[in-house]
Amino acid sequence: MEELRELAKKLLQEKQVNAVVGYECDRRGVRPAFVDDPAGCDRLVFDHRCVQNLPAYLSPRRTNVAGLGRLAVVVKQCDARAVAGLIRESQLKRENLVLIGVRCGGVAANPNESRELGAETLALRCYGCSGTETAMADYVVGEPKTVPAAGGDRDARLAEIEKMSPEERLALWKEWLSRCTRCHACRQVCPMCFCERCVAEKTQPNWIESSPHIQGNFSWNVTRALHLAGRCVDCGECERACPAQIPLGLLNRKLAKIMSARYGFAVTDDPSTPAPIGSYRLDDGQEFIL
Amino acid sequence: MSVPAKEKASSFEPNIVAFVCNWCTYTGADLAGTSRLNMAPNVRIIRLPCTGRIDTLFILKAFERGADGVIVSGCHPADCHYTAGNYHARRRFAVFRELMEFMGVDPQRITFSWVSASEGGKWAEVVNSTTEKVRELGPFVSYPRVAHAQVK
Ligand code: SF4
Ligand code: SF4
Repeated sequence: MEELRELAKKLLQEKQVNAVVGYECDRRGVRPAFVDDPAGCDRLVFDHRCVQNLPAYLSPRRTNVAGLGRLAVVVKQCDARAVAGLIRESQLKRENLVLIGVRCGGVAANPNESRELGAETLALRCYGCSGTETAMADYVVGEPKTVPAAGGDRDARLAEIEKMSPEERLALWKEWLSRCTRCHACRQVCPMCFCERCVAEKTQPNWIESSPHIQGNFSWNVTRALHLAGRCVDCGECERACPAQIPLGLLNRKLAKIMSARYGFAVTDDPSTPAPIGSYRLDDGQEFIL
Repeated sequence: MSVPAKEKASSFEPNIVAFVCNWCTYTGADLAGTSRLNMAPNVRIIRLPCTGRIDTLFILKAFERGADGVIVSGCHPADCHYTAGNYHARRRFAVFRELMEFMGVDPQRITFSWVSASEGGKWAEVVNSTTEKVRELGPFVSYPRVAHAQVK
């Protein structure tokens, strides 16, 4: 922690950056923090409650953050995939950014987790992750840590749903999606949802009905998931933000599986890997086309 | 063949929306028409510049508004008039189809095909086979629609 604070202080004092984006403690766990004063660096923390995906602040949609100028951002390996995604899609310039890579060792599912990190508390996205720093990092802080063993098969629920009959699956999704209040928190929290004008807000024509009934909800959730196919960085923030507790992660995970099976794509922190949607191969599978 | 089943099958006329590209399938459909080929009258064609322009929301909207089936058709690979629109569409629809299946929407409701400008006969086949298939599947009442939710 000292290492992180010292580094942040140095970056601010030397005016290498105008602000450091990291985490601080709050009475309800850990929350994102913007530090622009070297004296404030002692607020910064990093532990297993630092679940938020901070690169979400870097999307150009957030003009107030862009106005801050050059930033340093604390990134876990998984967060770096969002930075890579934004660079890949020309939303961000790598040289305008200092990345502080943390050796993470896994995080809990919630930033207010009071228990130790273990199989029960470990976030799903950490299952199978090495928890090491990202290759993109300019600075690396923290001692190497090991991620606790996973508490089971991450995709058990997915596999269960895949085995159901189509009618059961539709009934399940109808029930889940009918709870959606169309608050769009899942979109706001997503680092890769950076459109200036979301299709869900267009009214001429009104592609996605905006009132919270099952018709629009279905269309909205299918579209949100599809627009992130091959782009989702698997940070799990949409599901955590959803006040209706809809298992949005299942849709994202399913799409990641499709991307891997069909196009051999896995989300990465390397910005030079082309995204699977937006690129193509002449011999892509077309068994479903007459 | 039992008589009631036949009656039931013949009393339902499916509504099918076809999203087709201007250059290949639309011209192919035109050829099918001018060649006086026998086609089911259930399909309404919506012409777009390219399969790459066919957003998955078009399909969802068609189902929302009461379509029982959808056809998406365009130029064969290597024939796209915008070079690569159909290759992009191919990926998008492959993924869309699998996601729909995961959410319990029967992928048989959507037919994808490549029909070139000279394949009037193939278009007639696509139309007829899709109409037959959707007729067998019956009205698409399970799709999440407000009208149906309210009736319940
Ligand atoms: S996925 Fe990996 S890098 Fe991300 S929080 Fe979990 S262990 Fe850390
Ligand atoms: S966060 Fe949940 S309730 Fe809000 S729009 Fe997204 S899915 Fe719907």
